[in-house]
Amino acid sequence: MSKPKLLWLQSISCNGNAHSFLNHPELFSILAHFELIYHPILETNYSLEDIIKKRVECNVLILEGSFVQEGFLKAGVEVSSVIEYYAKRAKDIITVGTCATFGGIFKQKEPDKISGFAFDIEEKTTRYEAYASKLISLPGCPIHPRWLSFVLLMIANGKKLEIDRLHRPVELYGYTVHMGCTRNEYFEWKVDAKNFGLKEGCLFYEQGCQAPFTRGSCNKILWNDTSSKTRVGTPCFGCTEATFPQSSLFFTKTNMGIPAKMPLGVPRRAYLTLTGVTKSFKIKRFSQRLLEYDE
Amino acid sequence: MSILKIAEKKALKRESIIQTALQLFASQGFHKTTIPDIAKKLKMSVGNLYNYFASKDILAKEIIKYTSESLGTKIREVNDTDASSEEKIHQIVTLYFTMAKEKPEMIEYFLRVYLSNREVFNDGCEGMICVSGFITEIMIFFDDGVSSGELRDQDFFSAFGLFMGYLGGMVFLKGEDVLPQEIEFYIDDISRNIYNALKA
Repeated sequence: MSKPKLLWLQSISCNGNAHSFLNHPELFSILAHFELIYHPILETNYSLEDIIKKRVECNVLILEGSFVQEGFLKAGVEVSSVIEYYAKRAKDIITVGTCATFGGIFKQKEPDKISGFAFDIEEKTTRYEAYASKLISLPGCPIHPRWLSFVLLMIANGKKLEIDRLHRPVELYGYTVHMGCTRNEYFEWKVDAKNFGLKEGCLFYEQGCQAPFTRGSCNKILWNDTSSKTRVGTPCFGCTEATFPQSSLFFTKTNMGIPAKMPLGVPRRAYLTLTGVTKSFKIKRFSQRLLEYDE
Repeated sequence: MSILKIAEKKALKRESIIQTALQLFASQGFHKTTIPDIAKKLKMSVGNLYNYFASKDILAKEIIKYTSESLGTKIREVNDTDASSEEKIHQIVTLYFTMAKEKPEMIEYFLRVYLSNREVFNDGCEGMICVSGFITEIMIFFDDGVSSGELRDQDFFSAFGLFMGYLGGMVFLKGEDVLPQEIEFYIDDISRNIYNALKA
């Protein structure tokens, strides 16, 4: 049986997801399940010219970068027309990164014209209906290499991926970035991080952490198989969300001390009731350095 | 009698104990009121009353939760409307002063029992635990006002103290019988003062 033909094409992109995928420790054993037709960085048997002249076949199409209907040319050719040619023929389309999925960073340049491939933030683009049946969304800036390998291996093994309304695999995006954060106890007891670089304290109250309302597996599938942003003390910037990039990072918007945005699915009354209760207690362990507390 | 009816009857009895105890605690003071006093007023046996509340301290804590929920429910009705923050302030002041007039024991209990007998409430009613029904609604009122741009963003407690400290102070003065006018006389001016202090 021949291997599925894998084609990685870019529109308006910074190469971030292509680079991130190179960081996969088992990159070549993952790719061994496919015939790699073209990749922006890895060497393949075909040139960009072959792709543009539509000389190759494609089963699995990976798309990276934001889209504009017309006016973005590569080698004198309209990129979106080349991509649509292969999109029509592919059996699976994976949009990697927030740009290809929702519009992302590059959308900021011309918010009215630039979008993702099938979504403009959360709105469906005109392409959506044509490709919805084979579309998988992997937002992230960049995506974790293991998110992509999970999807690729599912496809290579003929398994069905459960997806949500924005076509994100629920196995990866059914979680919030908050889940699995090593600072969870500080969130529960409403103890904020007093400064940058501390192991202690939650980043939600003072430092703009968006993990409680951001979908992603960053604290379940660790970065570099080692850690995550929030674990090392950098707030989550919500890079997997359709609204990314938000402004005022490192800052939690509050109204008289009440967070303007609630954790995913948590009603404001429920959150505030719980907050009022937990703030009524001072727990000694959470007021001390982790490595100093010794009961 | 069905199990459901028994449960309903018990819930009603429980509430009548809370209301009677609330009146006695608020008028005679917490320490001067005994469980037999409460039982006598309810025409029930002391033993039966203990079936509902195992101690006077537990009863006291349940009462503060009850009054807080009761006031919170009324403020929630105001929060759930589309009124402006200015109008909501007027409505909250009105309902607070109306409660002070019609059910003075509800507010008196908070001022003269809850705030004055901290040793009773320290275990189990620390901080905001037993008053969260009310505090949560005030938080929601402030949050809505700031996010709509009508109220100025500031520390929660500086706003909370101004609003509720003011109202509590007025009801305290009423309880001391030093206000020359009926309490509703002050509703308009006090609402305006609070709005002027909190507006953006």
